[in-house]
Amino acid sequence: MATTATPGSRTIFRRPASHTGFWSWITTADHKKIGIMYGYTAFTFFILGGLEALLLRIQLSQPDSAFLSAAEYNAMFTMHGTTMIFLFVMPVSAAFFNYLLPLMIGARDVAFPRMNAVSFWIFLFGGIFLYTSFLFGTTGPPAGGNLAEAASRLGSGPNGGWFGYAPNSGIRFSTGTVMDYWSIGLQILGLASLISSINFIVTVFNMRAKGMKLLRMPVFVWMTTVVAFLLLFSLPIIAVALFMITFDRSFGTLFFDPSMGGDPVLWQHFFWLFGHPEVYILILPAMGIVSEVLPTFSRKPLFGYPAVVFAGAAIGFMGFGVWAHHMFSSGVTPITQAAFGLSTMAIAIPTGIKIFNWIGTVWGGKIKLNTPMLFSIGFVGMFVIGGLSGVTHSIVPADWQQTDTYYIVAHFHYVLFGGAIFGLFSGLYYWFPKLTGRMYSEALGKLHFWVFFIGFNLTFGPMHWLGLNGMVRRTWVYAEETGLGPWNMAVTVGAFIIALGVLVFMANWSWSKRNGPIAPFDPWDARTLEWTMPSPTPEYNFAVNPVVTALDDFWHKKYTEDSDGRPVRRPEATALVAELEEVGLNPPAPIHLPNPSYYPFLVGLGMPMIGYGVIYRGAAWGIPLGIVGALIIVGSFIGWGVEPLEEPHEEHEDHSDEPGTDHGEDA
Amino acid sequence: MDSLDPQGPIAKDIDGLFRLTLYIATAIFILVQGGLLYAAIRYRDRGERTPEPKQIEGNARLEVIWTVIPVLILASIAVPTVDRIFKYTSCSDDALHIEVIGHQWWFEYGYPDEGFTTANVLVMPTDTEVCLDMSSDDVLHNYWIPKLNGKRYLVPGQDTVLLLEATEPGEYWGQCGEFCGLSHAKMRARVIAMAPDDYAGWLAEQQQVAVMPAEGSLEQAGLDLFLGGQCVSCHNISGVTAANPALVDGAIYGPDLTHFASRSVFAGAVLNLDDPGALEEWIDNPPLIKPGSFMPNIDLTQQEIEALAAYLRSLD
Amino acid sequence: MADIAHADGHHDVHESTGIDNRKLGMWVFLSSEFMFFGALISNYMLFKGRDYSAFVPAGQSVILPRELYDIPFTSVSSFVLLMSSLTMVLAHDALVSGDQNRTRIWLAATGLLGSVFIGGQVFEFTEFVQQGMTLSTNPAASAFFVLTGFHGAHVFLGILMLLSLYGISRRQGGLTESQGLNVELVGLYWHFVDIIWIVIFTIVYLIP
Repeated sequence: MATTATPGSRTIFRRPASHTGFWSWITTADHKKIGIMYGYTAFTFFILGGLEALLLRIQLSQPDSAFLSAAEYNAMFTMHGTTMIFLFVMPVSAAFFNYLLPLMIGARDVAFPRMNAVSFWIFLFGGIFLYTSFLFGTTGPPAGGNLAEAASRLGSGPNGGWFGYAPNSGIRFSTGTVMDYWSIGLQILGLASLISSINFIVTVFNMRAKGMKLLRMPVFVWMTTVVAFLLLFSLPIIAVALFMITFDRSFGTLFFDPSMGGDPVLWQHFFWLFGHPEVYILILPAMGIVSEVLPTFSRKPLFGYPAVVFAGAAIGFMGFGVWAHHMFSSGVTPITQAAFGLSTMAIAIPTGIKIFNWIGTVWGGKIKLNTPMLFSIGFVGMFVIGGLSGVTHSIVPADWQQTDTYYIVAHFHYVLFGGAIFGLFSGLYYWFPKLTGRMYSEALGKLHFWVFFIGFNLTFGPMHWLGLNGMVRRTWVYAEETGLGPWNMAVTVGAFIIALGVLVFMANWSWSKRNGPIAPFDPWDARTLEWTMPSPTPEYNFAVNPVVTALDDFWHKKYTEDSDGRPVRRPEATALVAELEEVGLNPPAPIHLPNPSYYPFLVGLGMPMIGYGVIYRGAAWGIPLGIVGALIIVGSFIGWGVEPLEEPHEEHEDHSDEPGTDHGEDA
Repeated sequence: MDSLDPQGPIAKDIDGLFRLTLYIATAIFILVQGGLLYAAIRYRDRGERTPEPKQIEGNARLEVIWTVIPVLILASIAVPTVDRIFKYTSCSDDALHIEVIGHQWWFEYGYPDEGFTTANVLVMPTDTEVCLDMSSDDVLHNYWIPKLNGKRYLVPGQDTVLLLEATEPGEYWGQCGEFCGLSHAKMRARVIAMAPDDYAGWLAEQQQVAVMPAEGSLEQAGLDLFLGGQCVSCHNISGVTAANPALVDGAIYGPDLTHFASRSVFAGAVLNLDDPGALEEWIDNPPLIKPGSFMPNIDLTQQEIEALAAYLRSLD
Repeated sequence: MADIAHADGHHDVHESTGIDNRKLGMWVFLSSEFMFFGALISNYMLFKGRDYSAFVPAGQSVILPRELYDIPFTSVSSFVLLMSSLTMVLAHDALVSGDQNRTRIWLAATGLLGSVFIGGQVFEFTEFVQQGMTLSTNPAASAFFVLTGFHGAHVFLGILMLLSLYGISRRQGGLTESQGLNVELVGLYWHFVDIIWIVIFTIVYLIP
């Protein structure tokens, strides 16, 4: 009675097979290659976002400057924020998640390798789509307004702020197409992150190595998991909001149009219901990285691991309950203001716990102040400043003075730059040897850190004072009489110093990955599983799947403790490490990896086509292009669904149907 | 526009609360950064003489202490915070009501009891709680006079409220802080607080119709140009223009010019009436000064501009 | 060497929930979809009760979605959708007992019932438009159309997935055991879409 059909021929074109060369990148399903692509793409956008910032700072270095027009300024600040958040910090965090997550939990790949690839391609094409606004987008004055001159190409990017408040972002006040590029572009980008989050959650829950119980996972993996849940539940809300603004602009709905009974404050609620969890999405990965780096270079375990994990989860959960603290001045009721003021104060508690635990980690340690450690310690120091200014925002009446001023700009740059970006650079240096097999230049790395430290504080420190002294946000010019010129000039100088730091980093990275000294596979005498394999990481990750017996399992395999609680290297440690290296490069049994596929690339390609179809639906080619894009996507999904994760192999029988294995077939 | 130099009871109260928090935050800052720096230096790896560190995994008592103490600190600040929220989000019964309507890119001020509107300069009496009833005609704006209070949004289709109170007579500068389009940076605010007697006198003056120019003067030529051209479609001058454009439902209109010259600033409180040539430059090409401006450049000749400017300067 | 497992590439022993990756993935995805529809439903609830009389031209009355509902008609199409969940269960049941032919039949039936539901939606929307309520009539109408429209789009995508399974089964002469899991996954998705409809029908149509 029970029959199992045999799969017939699957694809129209022959399936790609290569694991090297250019096409292997386009068709890869390997989490490490995907992570690397995320990293380089995100860094390119970092440069673009940084250039946008420098243009802003040149404009603001003097009062009443005419360096940028108002249109250009508005496009630059909008795209600076949008780029840094959606096209840099989130994807570079994804780069870390992609590369490291399977390594840290002892897995060969993520649960759904091709879905992992599609996240990347959707991100890449979404980001490109967003930036083509500068090439093709149109902008004008609000309906009925006048311009002295048409907007330049530089002024033709999205210009409604990264937060796109309605009704300014609606069709009446943002005439032209640039805000359509924004709303549709962000929609595409959100989809990429949502797909990733599903992948990471299933990976963490289903694919850990034997013995890797949840409370033995590295903190970085925990933070990845919390971030994935934050993305899972917050992205749908911004998706709804973006659909609403897109429909308002293109199809005549009235959600945010007050002249027809719509509610502009509703946009704020929806946006910040996403937007607040979003900021925790931005910071938690860096907190995870710092929680790995500090113990390694203190040669002590993380102080209070359960508290750090729990605090991270608490921050994620409570992050859904503070959104209206972005709206204290919006005219919401006093009860609302009081409630969200209190919840915002409450979220400072788990944040403080983490900071104290990090200090507890380095306290009494044997601290190596190399580049990753400097950036991680810098993270703690700078994040404390940003966190404290954040607490001052929770004093609601004081926030009425602070909101929409440079004081807020100072706050979030301290937590996002001094926090997230410092943490991310710490990770880049820390895992550089694992990624490339070589060591970076420590001298250049330290130079990078100090240039950044000075430039960063010079740029964002004075902004606290500027804001309290009346400088509002998103302001294209300011008057000479305000007296804000000198400090603004100092800020601009700081920004250029940061740029120098970025150049130092780029020089270090590109030189060292080719010419740096060869790195052993455990150069830091570290604690977690990724250091038990060769550098650079082999394509199959683990030659033999690890078995874990404790938190920081690798450390405990190398060290035991004396009566004083101090680590003593085990006599068998050297042999163990040598064997790991030997076996790591020569796997004893054949290892089968997911085959490459071109479907994820095609799905990514189809996305902007739909976007252009919606924007240019009035043109003859618009709707057909959109339909073609949709067909490419649907067709690719069907083809992908039929294509197995791995092509059948002859060496031994196909076990692909056994439950609980890591074969995420058809996924 | 220094919010750290509060004038008036509301701003001072808020500043007090902010400073208290700032001092606590500074203390925490010193403690935490000090601890971090101390640890980084004291526990540096100095090579062979530095022993391997004790592998401490945590300390429950310490962790509880440093959780509870912040809770207590925050709880104590929370009480006055909540109190001030309720105190400053509603107007008392005997407050003086003034309307504020936000436009792209200027503030309109209405005095409904007296039956007139002005723009760009908000005049109010000292030692009086002023309750601003605010809304917007187009997009979100906000109203911020740093020395007198925090800011509040102006929302189209909804009403919001902001309290202002000044003790000293004088000028208080402010700005729109909520991104509102191309000329957001050029939407500024000016408050003038006057002693109550002076305020009463100002009210009386503002209720008068516009000053009529002398026959055959340059000002008269300006008035003729004004009435004969596009200006009347947006601007009201009481006693002169036939209809008030502001009263038309859904219309886009400009500031009421009846007492234009009684105000020291114009064009969204960006330009000074005293600056020679400023008014002429504005009339000549408004979109050049304020990109996106609803007041168009109508290619006036130099003579026409001078006549119009003279007329406007006569409107005390 | 003792502590490093000898497991090979296939027989990896994992810490795992015991739920197949794809099934867990579908559950995770559906939890996200709950938030998506939650936002759309709360959006509708915010707008449905507001007073729009200030925004219609003088003399015209406000047209609200709830005034135009044909509850009996919508009840019938709701019943049709509910029945499609039943046929979906039958399809999965047939697959488990190994009857590929019956599986195909019930998959097709599910798709057909889903199409009938969508047909009913299209008819209903056309009626509303003819009675003067479009996307642009007022925000409540916008919210109604966007909410039910997205639900309909989800049903449509579900039908596409059902047709794909049907087509693959036809072409191959049946589904492999691994492909069979997809029937369960599509079933989960389909039941979810049905549950969302029950919520929408209750909140949007039935509750005043």
